[in-house]
Amino acid sequence: MSSLLDLLPQLPVSHGVTKLIEWITVHFSFLFDALENVGTKFMEFMTSYLMLIPPLIFILLVIVIAYFVNDRRYGLPFFAGIGLLYIQNQNLWGNMMNTLTLIIVASLISIVIGIPLGILMAKSSIAQKIIQPILDFMQTMPAFVYLIPAVSFFGIGMVPGVFASVIFALPPIVRFTNLGIRQVPEELVEAADSFGSTGWQKLYKVELPNAQSTIMAGVNQTVLLALSMVVTASMIGAPGLGTNVLTALQRGQVGSGFVSGFALVVLAIIIDRLLQSANKNHRE
Amino acid sequence: MSKLRIENLTKIFGNKQKEALDLIDEGKNKREILETTGATIGVKQATFDVEEGEIFVIMGLSGSGKSTLVRMLNRLIEPTSGNIYIDEDNISVMDTKALREVRRKKISMVFQNFGLFPHRTILENTEYGLEVQGIDKKERQKNAEAALENAGLLPYKDQYPDQLSGGMQQRVGLARALANDPDILLMDEAFSALDPLIRRDMQDELIEMQKTMNKTIIFITHDLNESLRLGDRIAIMRDGEVVQVGTGQEILANPANDYVKRFVEDIDRTKVYTAEHIMEKPAALSGEREKPANVLRIMKENNMSNILVVDKEERLLGYVTREDVEHLYEKGHENISKIINKDVPEIEPDVLVDDIFDVVHETETPIVITNEQSEIEGIIVRSNVIGAMTTGVQYDAIDPDQKAKETKEEINHE
Repeated sequence: MSSLLDLLPQLPVSHGVTKLIEWITVHFSFLFDALENVGTKFMEFMTSYLMLIPPLIFILLVIVIAYFVNDRRYGLPFFAGIGLLYIQNQNLWGNMMNTLTLIIVASLISIVIGIPLGILMAKSSIAQKIIQPILDFMQTMPAFVYLIPAVSFFGIGMVPGVFASVIFALPPIVRFTNLGIRQVPEELVEAADSFGSTGWQKLYKVELPNAQSTIMAGVNQTVLLALSMVVTASMIGAPGLGTNVLTALQRGQVGSGFVSGFALVVLAIIIDRLLQSANKNHRE
Repeated sequence: MSKLRIENLTKIFGNKQKEALDLIDEGKNKREILETTGATIGVKQATFDVEEGEIFVIMGLSGSGKSTLVRMLNRLIEPTSGNIYIDEDNISVMDTKALREVRRKKISMVFQNFGLFPHRTILENTEYGLEVQGIDKKERQKNAEAALENAGLLPYKDQYPDQLSGGMQQRVGLARALANDPDILLMDEAFSALDPLIRRDMQDELIEMQKTMNKTIIFITHDLNESLRLGDRIAIMRDGEVVQVGTGQEILANPANDYVKRFVEDIDRTKVYTAEHIMEKPAALSGEREKPANVLRIMKENNMSNILVVDKEERLLGYVTREDVEHLYEKGHENISKIINKDVPEIEPDVLVDDIFDVVHETETPIVITNEQSEIEGIIVRSNVIGAMTTGVQYDAIDPDQKAKETKEEINHE
């Protein structure tokens, strides 16, 4: 039997994908170059502006926001203050700002693409059937694999980092938006229809407001996934906390690796809790 | 011309709809069609008219297709075949835009679980129908506030639906549906989620409101008592088919088939029949200037312990007791006008038997049923009410018009 299977020639999948990516790289280079230039400039600009804020002011600002967002309780502002002081203390402030820029840009792009895609999926079962497997593919394919075309499209730096992060962070927001809209109680949708709403009116006045907390949960997931891509993205030259972790790994420096890794954990917890509290507040 | 008319309205769920339609034409039933095609019949060739200003109840158990039927009327569910006419406009063939106009202006819906938007205040909920029409904020708020005022809910306008009780939420649902002044109101199990006392209040309120607003109301329910209370006419549905259409009394008296018969067997008839169905004509009446001797003779002949007294225009004045008349007779008075007891319970012909119980308990004299001109239509004594409660009423045996005529002749004769 095995000899029978051996008769089948090996399919040139690898070759095909290589050719495809090469073709895309060549024919869309004008687009990729433009994106890379604009993207790099924008993100450098953004980081430098974030860096203009003195760390102390920045920390105080985060503490105040955390206090009000989290129902005027002291736990979160306290943790956020200590955590950011730790990052500043370990001389990771600049790296953190680079990471923050990467997360914000990747998350925003994911949201801007993801929410409309989610709406499309909720409205059309055909779209759902097509998009669903693509999302599965995006989430299960090891993230490192995205790095290769990202580099051939955009070279190395921040922009390919964002590209890889977006691919990784996009699926949850699409899925949650789809779920949120499909979960709006049937009776509310019928009520909207029965009063003669147009499709857009129904979407804006009834479906999106009622799907909001689910969509916000998706935003939360997307931001955290973007954050988790930071180390991976640093492999293709995206500056930030990930670079330190990567360097420590390559040099076998346990202490340095822990310091930067822990800074990432702190950042993740602050962002997550802030987003969750904001979402909860809104619901009440 | 009827306000709403549906013709052979059919809804089939699932595949092979065309095949299923053909099988319907061949007269196959729901189960046979499911077995041969796998398609489910939601509603099968429903046909009826609803008159303007009527409360038309569609009643059936769950799965009977009543909710599907009502949703086809504003095409929340697309009919598979058949026609729907509102004011002779065919709804079933309208394009999206025309349909939207109909939904905005002519037909509103009230939902079982209220269907209020949780993120909007009571006022914002109420103005929704006007908002989607693009009416400016000031005007739509004015209309919405008027609708809330009518429902007694204006003080709650800035609250959110989950801050209100179920009954109040449904009042909002109703106010919202009425805010854009539709001709037709679809009420899908509107009171079914409310507890029984609130439900009864809401039914009363609806009946009361309907007296002034005169909308055409299609009311869906699984509760026969509710149908009988509210419905000017009732359509009973089973397995997607309309099995009988008629007034409550017609359906109780002449059920179309065994299904309807079984259904109405346990019904409390005192909640269906009204005073005019159980009243009887008084054996005799007296004029106010009658001589005591004559009155006494009439009473003896008819074995009466008291007699109703009317004036020349046949309007009720009161009654006299046999004792008083005898007393008067002994004293040799000219007529009975001085001893007329004015304390007679009077009710209108359309009072439910159920509501007569209390009155009948508190009085020794017969209850008099009078019409708007104070003319006597008939009387009810305790035994009539008890009879109605235990054995029911033979609907066929009673013809209110006939009865009234006989009573009048009696008076003339006197």
